[in-house]
Amino acid sequence: MGSTNSTLLKIPNVEELMQETGFSSVHIIRLYDRFKALDKEGRGHLCPHDFGAIKELAMNPIGDRIIGAFFSPGQETVDFNTFVKILAHFRPVDKDRPRDPNSPEPINSRSNKLKFAFQLYDQDKDGKISRDELLKVLRDMLGMQVTEEQLESIADRTIQEADLDRDDAISFEEFRKVSAKILHLKKAPVVMSAEYDC
Amino acid sequence: MELKMFIIVLGLLVGSLMLLGGAASSPDMGTGISQNNHDHKDVGHNNTHSKKKSFPVLSFDYDTVRLPFEISLWVLLASLMKLGFHLIPRVSSIVPESCLLIVVGLLVGGLMKLVGESPPALESKIFFLYLLPPIILDAGYFLPIRPFTENLGTILMFAVVGTLWNAFFVGGLLYGVCQLEGLQHLHVDLLSCLLFGSIISAVDPVAVLAVFEEIHINELLHILVFGESLLNDAVTVVLYHLFEEYSSVGTITVTDVFLGIVCFLVVSLGGIVVGAIYGILAAFTSRFTSHTRVIEPLFVFLYSYMAYLSAEVFHLSGIMALIACGAVTRPYVEANISHKSHTTIKYFLKMWSSVSDTLIFIFLGVSTVAGPHRWNWTFVIMTVILSLVARVLGVVGLTFIINKFRIVKLTTKDQFIIAYGGLRGAIAFSLVYLLNPNHFPMRNMFLTAIITVIFFTVFVQGMTIRPLVDLLAVKKKQETKRSINEEIHTQFLDHLLTGIEDICGHYGHHHWKDKLNRFNKKYVKKCLIAGERSREPQLIAFYHKMEMKQAIELVESGGGSKLPSAMPSTVSMQNIHPKKTPHERALPQLSKAREEEIRKILRTNLQKTRQRLRSYNRHTLVVDPYEDGWNDILIKRKKMIELEKKISQMNNYLTVPAPPPDSPTIARARLSSDPQAWGIKATTDSIPTIKVDLASPQSPESVNMVDEFGKKGSQPKEGTEEGGLVMKAPPAAKQRKDKTADEDDDREPQQRLMRCLSDPGPAADEEDEDEPFLP
Repeated sequence: MGSTNSTLLKIPNVEELMQETGFSSVHIIRLYDRFKALDKEGRGHLCPHDFGAIKELAMNPIGDRIIGAFFSPGQETVDFNTFVKILAHFRPVDKDRPRDPNSPEPINSRSNKLKFAFQLYDQDKDGKISRDELLKVLRDMLGMQVTEEQLESIADRTIQEADLDRDDAISFEEFRKVSAKILHLKKAPVVMSAEYDC
Repeated sequence: MELKMFIIVLGLLVGSLMLLGGAASSPDMGTGISQNNHDHKDVGHNNTHSKKKSFPVLSFDYDTVRLPFEISLWVLLASLMKLGFHLIPRVSSIVPESCLLIVVGLLVGGLMKLVGESPPALESKIFFLYLLPPIILDAGYFLPIRPFTENLGTILMFAVVGTLWNAFFVGGLLYGVCQLEGLQHLHVDLLSCLLFGSIISAVDPVAVLAVFEEIHINELLHILVFGESLLNDAVTVVLYHLFEEYSSVGTITVTDVFLGIVCFLVVSLGGIVVGAIYGILAAFTSRFTSHTRVIEPLFVFLYSYMAYLSAEVFHLSGIMALIACGAVTRPYVEANISHKSHTTIKYFLKMWSSVSDTLIFIFLGVSTVAGPHRWNWTFVIMTVILSLVARVLGVVGLTFIINKFRIVKLTTKDQFIIAYGGLRGAIAFSLVYLLNPNHFPMRNMFLTAIITVIFFTVFVQGMTIRPLVDLLAVKKKQETKRSINEEIHTQFLDHLLTGIEDICGHYGHHHWKDKLNRFNKKYVKKCLIAGERSREPQLIAFYHKMEMKQAIELVESGGGSKLPSAMPSTVSMQNIHPKKTPHERALPQLSKAREEEIRKILRTNLQKTRQRLRSYNRHTLVVDPYEDGWNDILIKRKKMIELEKKISQMNNYLTVPAPPPDSPTIARARLSSDPQAWGIKATTDSIPTIKVDLASPQSPESVNMVDEFGKKGSQPKEGTEEGGLVMKAPPAAKQRKDKTADEDDDREPQQRLMRCLSDPGPAADEEDEDEPFLP
């Protein structure tokens, strides 16, 4: 892999990055190697079709959404810093971080994780998951095996259960309430502990 | 009043038990040949000499039915005991059932001894072959797969390393203690001590289940302790056989140790493989049972039991085989079998495991009185102390290591509960009982020590764990049922995390889970699940189950409001399946017919809700207002009305004109009197719709209402006076899509509806056992 110091020097603003995301230098280096591996043309940034080349992602029902989450609206490319910042959402929560009211919430806080997931549902970014957006998600996940009416009834049921303020859409707060139980049980990927396939 | 009657019956029963025990002689019951028996033989003998005896009007021939009679009597005693404890409210909240049962066993044993009969001890063969399997199968079949697999690493650590540590710690230190002056006369050598240590170190699933079930702690702790108790069986088996084999020789070499490790792998993996094979066979068999629904549950039970026995043949871990079989079978079998078979399986398993559990504890008590004892203060006290200390040290040490790898760390409170919940039980007892007294002269002492430890853990720890849980404010089990929201979000998150893992190139937990799911979907489901359900996505299956549960709940609580989402889904279900002839529709395409039933239940209830309420209050078993869930149902209903108003705006969902309505009461009444309930009846039109509850002042009216509706004149009755029930009948003028198709199968599902309703009702059970496989 080469000596760690030399790799670290290649990354611009690496100190700041580590500070902001909380990744250790080892992790940053691994991510950097992965970034380089994905960036086959060596341009220094990724575009959507680089992500598309990952074949497992292509099979993932919400693969497109995930890829979309990496690119801010209007942008066509993702540089390393953004790449790392987005992946930082999935770091395990730091239980013992000092509660400093002045510093911004760390990227991997529970709340930010939920926001990230919420944004994947909420494609038009209006802060609510409308019935149509929910339908789209269900369609993606369930594919061709079910009919429209089934999807619609499931969507209705879902909104009915979660929607507390009766606006026929799921807001972030409602989403948070529902997901609180699940996220607690979910394991974030232990992203950095094992070797991976380049 | 009830209690007094009950106690009298109980007294009579126990009395008869002892009398019969005294009146017979058998290897189980000891060697008392009483006067009765002797006389009986004499009389019989004399009779052969007389020329012609008059026809005996009344004779006493107990011997032919002795064995089944006694077994039944014991089981009856056990069940009555269980009944009794729940009649005494105060006691059952303080003392866990297992303690009470042991006390009863002690009493019965004591009484028997008083009478002069030697009480039966818990035969190991009976225990391992008949009493243990139902409990384990119940546990395995309803094992919550998701938390189990998520915590598998932790569980394995506790089960394997923890048990090993306990065994060696206790065994070694006991040996050290026995080497002290004054105890050398005990002639306990190292290997015997280690054997003893290994027997006593295993956490017992029966005891854990019995106690933990009552304290309702959160899922994580429950699965950790419970999973550990299940998986440590392999370790126990290996250690037991290893030490037993070699204790006669007296030494163990390094090769033996190595072989022991290999043996462990073989035992555990072998057990799992055997279980999985039988599980797949069971799933495969269930694919073809669509014509013989009645024996479906039998296949599940038989295959699982065979798995257990097959594993025991090879000295593999029978418990693991049983768990593997149950866990593998369940998702596929549930997709194939009928709703009633599913209920049958569930209730039979619960019933058997409950009876087994009760019998085990009672027999533990009786055996304590019976078994040959040898009390030695030092040994026993040291055993108790050492096993406690070993457990605590083991748990703390292991948690320290495990927490480095866990995302959700185990807190000190968790550790305490895990350590405290390490109860020992009947398995340890039976294993000691199996020891050959010739090889192990100290068997009686071991027996005494084990019983003391078991009593200590069950009584002291079992009784105090509940107040401790409250004191420490350990998180309790959340009673909320799994909602469709959670299901969707969980799946979504699964996909998300898998995607992220793929982007990072990390082959982690989610990646492999995803791969397994894909494999399952593509190949396995196609083989093992019959018909179209093999392609049904998990979410849909979950959704159906939920809707079904809710519909049944609403019906049982006495009428319901419209379930808005149930209606569209039923139609959509019809759209998926191609139109079939009526004959074919008798085939259990339950996904479609189920929804049809739900719709019909709800519609029929809609029409007569007002009457239904009052009539139900008089005659039918109304849901007890104090029963759990009643408040939920009321709240749900209120919610439903409000939502229903909104949903009424939606006009692209259709309704089917209602058939002549048939209240569930009528249906039940008719069914109970009709022996041919399974047949498909011609039409329901001709059956007079007479309400059973004639005492209701409303009944004449209600008959009228029924007839009125029978003429398909829709009269939407708006009304919300009756505590928030909606009685809006769907106007017949709404659009109907597949009208012709619907009318045909109107009648068919109606029959199935009745079948469905005659079921005693799974009701609103909260268990999470209905979770789909790998959700």
